[in-house]
Amino acid sequence: MDEIFHMGGYAFYVWSAYGAAFAVIVALVWHSVADYRAQTRLAETLEKAAGGRVRRAAHLERETGEDAS
Amino acid sequence: MAAMNSPTALQRFHAYANPARFMALSSRLVAPLWILSVLVLGAGLWFALFDSPPDYQQGETVRIMYVHVPSAWLSMFGYGVMAFASAVGLVFRHPLSDVCAKSAAPIGASFTFLALLTGSLWGQPMWGTWWEWDARMTSVLILFFLYLGYIALWATIEEPVRAARAAAVLALVGAINIPIIRYSVVWWNTLHQPASVFRMDGPSIAPAMLLPLGLMGVGFTLLFITLLLVRMRAEVMRRRVRNLRLATAGAAAEG
Repeated sequence: MDEIFHMGGYAFYVWSAYGAAFAVIVALVWHSVADYRAQTRLAETLEKAAGGRVRRAAHLERETGEDAS
Repeated sequence: MAAMNSPTALQRFHAYANPARFMALSSRLVAPLWILSVLVLGAGLWFALFDSPPDYQQGETVRIMYVHVPSAWLSMFGYGVMAFASAVGLVFRHPLSDVCAKSAAPIGASFTFLALLTGSLWGQPMWGTWWEWDARMTSVLILFFLYLGYIALWATIEEPVRAARAAAVLALVGAINIPIIRYSVVWWNTLHQPASVFRMDGPSIAPAMLLPLGLMGVGFTLLFITLLLVRMRAEVMRRRVRNLRLATAGAAAEG
């Protein structure tokens, strides 16, 4: 196990590379999931606040694209 | 448009590109993709760190390759996805392709950053320098700035359709950089070594190293696809929020 941490004298370079990769990936995952949750919660709140007429208009006309028919 | 393409093919394309259908389909894919990504990356890490030999020349630093090379692959793959989705968005004017291009950019930028950083951490012990202005490294740095410019352009223009069009043009112009990166090690005399996996005469890497590299490559790619779906879902929701706000404001103005 000691050998793994020592990395033949290159511990700093190898573990920095793996550490940086881990940190960047964790940050990316966290940001993506948090953004999705925040937007979903916001949409639900707005849908609840808006009346049925507005909700239907927003869903049918805008979400299915410009050429909804 | 219908005259140029077979109507059924075009209708099918539009049906799958429909945001509501995308949300339904992707909601079933996200959880299995997370699990698969973690499993493949876990196996890849095991081989990369514990069950693969040191290089006869580079010693243990060769293990940096297992994060550096997949990051570099994704830096180009991400740009490819972004440029392709931008082209589709410009031609078919479909919102979901713009959503795809926009969502791919931060993921691609992150992996480009990782490719540059891990490359630097590998270059210092092996080449004796953190950085060299050779063609490979310079063109990848330009790729990183292209990503940042693309993201900044989206952030500058408030209206999604206009932002998408401007950003798509930037993405397509910048796509010229991708073949330059790919062939930079062939066209110029670079400090960076030439390709050793995807070559005409087959990989020139020992099988014991090809296994962790392959697993990490597949794992990184699965993670990219998962993140892309999650970010696209977030972007569709962001547009729903925007539309709901506009609709509410419109209703308030009418009433």
